[in-house]
Amino acid sequence: MANGTATADGPLLTADGTPLKVSLEKSLRRARLRAIMLVAPPLLFLVFLFVLPIGNMLTRSVDDKLVNNVFPRTISEYEKWDKTSEAPESFFVAFRDDVLAADKFDVGKASTRMNYEEPGWKSLVKKTARKLKKFEETNIRDQFYEVDKRWKDPKFVLSFGTMKDERTLGYFLNSIDRKYDHTKSVIDVDEKRKVYNLLWYRTLLVSFIVTIACLILAYPVAYLLATLPMRISNLLMICVLMPFWTSLLVRIVAWMIMLQNNGVVNDTLVATGLLDDENRLAMMYNFNGTVIVMTQILLPFMILPIYSVMKTIPPSYMKAAQNLGATPTLAFLRVYMPQTVPGVGAGCILVFIVAIGYYITPELVGGKDGRLIGNMVAYHMQRSLNWGLAAAMGTILLAAILILYWVYDKVVGIDNMKMG
Amino acid sequence: MALPIYATTGQRIWHYTYLLFCGFVLFFLVAPLVAVIPLSFTSSPFLNFTPEMLALKPEAFSTRWYEGLFGICNEESNLSTMCTDRWVVGTKNSFFIAIASTLLATFLGTLAALALSSEHMPFRRAVMALMISPLIVPLIITASGMFFFFAKVNLVASYPGIIMAHTILGIPFVVITVTSTLVGFDKSLIRAGSNLGATPARTFFKIQMPLIAPGMISGALFAFITSFDEIVIILFIGGPDQHTLPRQMWSGIRQEISPTILAAATILVILSILLLTTLELLRRRSERLRGLTPQ
Repeated sequence: MANGTATADGPLLTADGTPLKVSLEKSLRRARLRAIMLVAPPLLFLVFLFVLPIGNMLTRSVDDKLVNNVFPRTISEYEKWDKTSEAPESFFVAFRDDVLAADKFDVGKASTRMNYEEPGWKSLVKKTARKLKKFEETNIRDQFYEVDKRWKDPKFVLSFGTMKDERTLGYFLNSIDRKYDHTKSVIDVDEKRKVYNLLWYRTLLVSFIVTIACLILAYPVAYLLATLPMRISNLLMICVLMPFWTSLLVRIVAWMIMLQNNGVVNDTLVATGLLDDENRLAMMYNFNGTVIVMTQILLPFMILPIYSVMKTIPPSYMKAAQNLGATPTLAFLRVYMPQTVPGVGAGCILVFIVAIGYYITPELVGGKDGRLIGNMVAYHMQRSLNWGLAAAMGTILLAAILILYWVYDKVVGIDNMKMG
Repeated sequence: MALPIYATTGQRIWHYTYLLFCGFVLFFLVAPLVAVIPLSFTSSPFLNFTPEMLALKPEAFSTRWYEGLFGICNEESNLSTMCTDRWVVGTKNSFFIAIASTLLATFLGTLAALALSSEHMPFRRAVMALMISPLIVPLIITASGMFFFFAKVNLVASYPGIIMAHTILGIPFVVITVTSTLVGFDKSLIRAGSNLGATPARTFFKIQMPLIAPGMISGALFAFITSFDEIVIILFIGGPDQHTLPRQMWSGIRQEISPTILAAATILVILSILLLTTLELLRRRSERLRGLTPQ
């Protein structure tokens, strides 16, 4: 770039007379600027449409402003109350004032939020709000009691204790089957309402089983592909890549045909007499379905990295080991296998990362006991609209995945990720 | 891999068990997809192989499900709710969205890859990790985030919104494939170009682009298939009228699973075989161009 011309004294100068150092720095700066300019459009695109939206969504997991915005007076009266006696008159006056002052729509949203804390709040608020305008100015509390007896139940009024702060970890606690009581100490939820710990456990279990199953199935095949002559292995490679390239939904439909109660697998087993007609295997719409289908879908993610590592191991190593007196088994275990560890690591982390966030497959083939945490996130996003809880579960999931991603980067390096 | 002639019986058994196992795994990978194809030509409305089909009787086969797929409804298949023009409309929409997002993703991804391949790029590793992250973050989280954001900026249920979302998913593939083609790229070619008086744009289009084109195209193919097959985001931010092919399949699977879905699946399997072949040819071309060992 810069042509150095040495002068007798002083620094090296370029053709136009500036010192070489300055000129080099300038060109380096220009190269860096050029790289930044190139990366700016995609980077901004990604930040604005991907990173910020997700970050924004995740903040919902701790956001609890809704109740505060609608019931400021109620909450300040709640703080003054001693919590042991009956809730004072002033509390109910404040509640009435808050409901009357707030937008009807906001009251609805806030009561939905309150309903998560104590089921029944929504109907209670709705029922009471309708009659509030007709209340007389004296004995407000008794009029509340008259509208609905539930106001006498301290659990409703006390539940304000868990909702009084603008930030809450309540959703995170909910997503591991815990909750706050009214003094904000952590307690377990009712035995009957515990679902999430089981789901987390099942998600980890499925991801783990799928990863191990993929590894067991992939390793021998990768070895075969790496050692066969190129002509044949390329042909077999198509078998590996074809599912990879086929639509996910197509693969799921295909598995439905195979695994359903009168599907291909069961029919074949019955026809060959291996199975009685009555006890056909239940392989679809349950835990098994999720595991089998996910294993097939994720198998190429395991085969490809292991294969690409095995490709780089010279066959002469094995021959050398055997020459030195090792049996083929020993040579394989002590010489070949240790060299495939990077590929195995890459494949395992990749499969685990993808499996842990799966949603579509369990939704369609998982039935009741094959659902994973991803399905719960979708359920709370679309059906129950408990977005705080969905965000909290999403945050935990994402944190786990980012840690694994970081490990993957350390082990393999993202630059080495290859496709196809 | 072949067994030496002096192999013991034990070794032979072990070897053939091993081959059998590998055969089973490859069968496990491909069999379901292959099973779809004959079943899509069934004449019965059920999703299993009837004894007539296994006996290869001609009356057990028909193309009625394909007719339904293309919106040709005769009286018999009219009874089925799957006979609508939604498949055709959905396919058109899917192509439109996929092509638009692929073009955008290829453009943005190539820019990023060019920058990331320069050794002067600050925070190279971090930016690379960020560019690839849409591949790692579970779709359900991406979709949830975009749902709130797009609702705020009024992009829910709009084509620009869906195209941009799919572009995000496509960028990592382009970045990965183009970066790996750039690994073997000889930078002195660019200098030679500029030395001969070409502008940077001209050197890019005349020298660099033809060389990295295989990477761009294979990245584009990945981006295309990702968008074409994408279902989670469309479920979250797509409007009720925005039928795409995966969405139509999704509702088909959830409501009434009929062989029409198999017909669609067969077409998609064939499409994927075509794409795979294209990609393989491109890979060979790229390796030949870069002077690597041809495979």
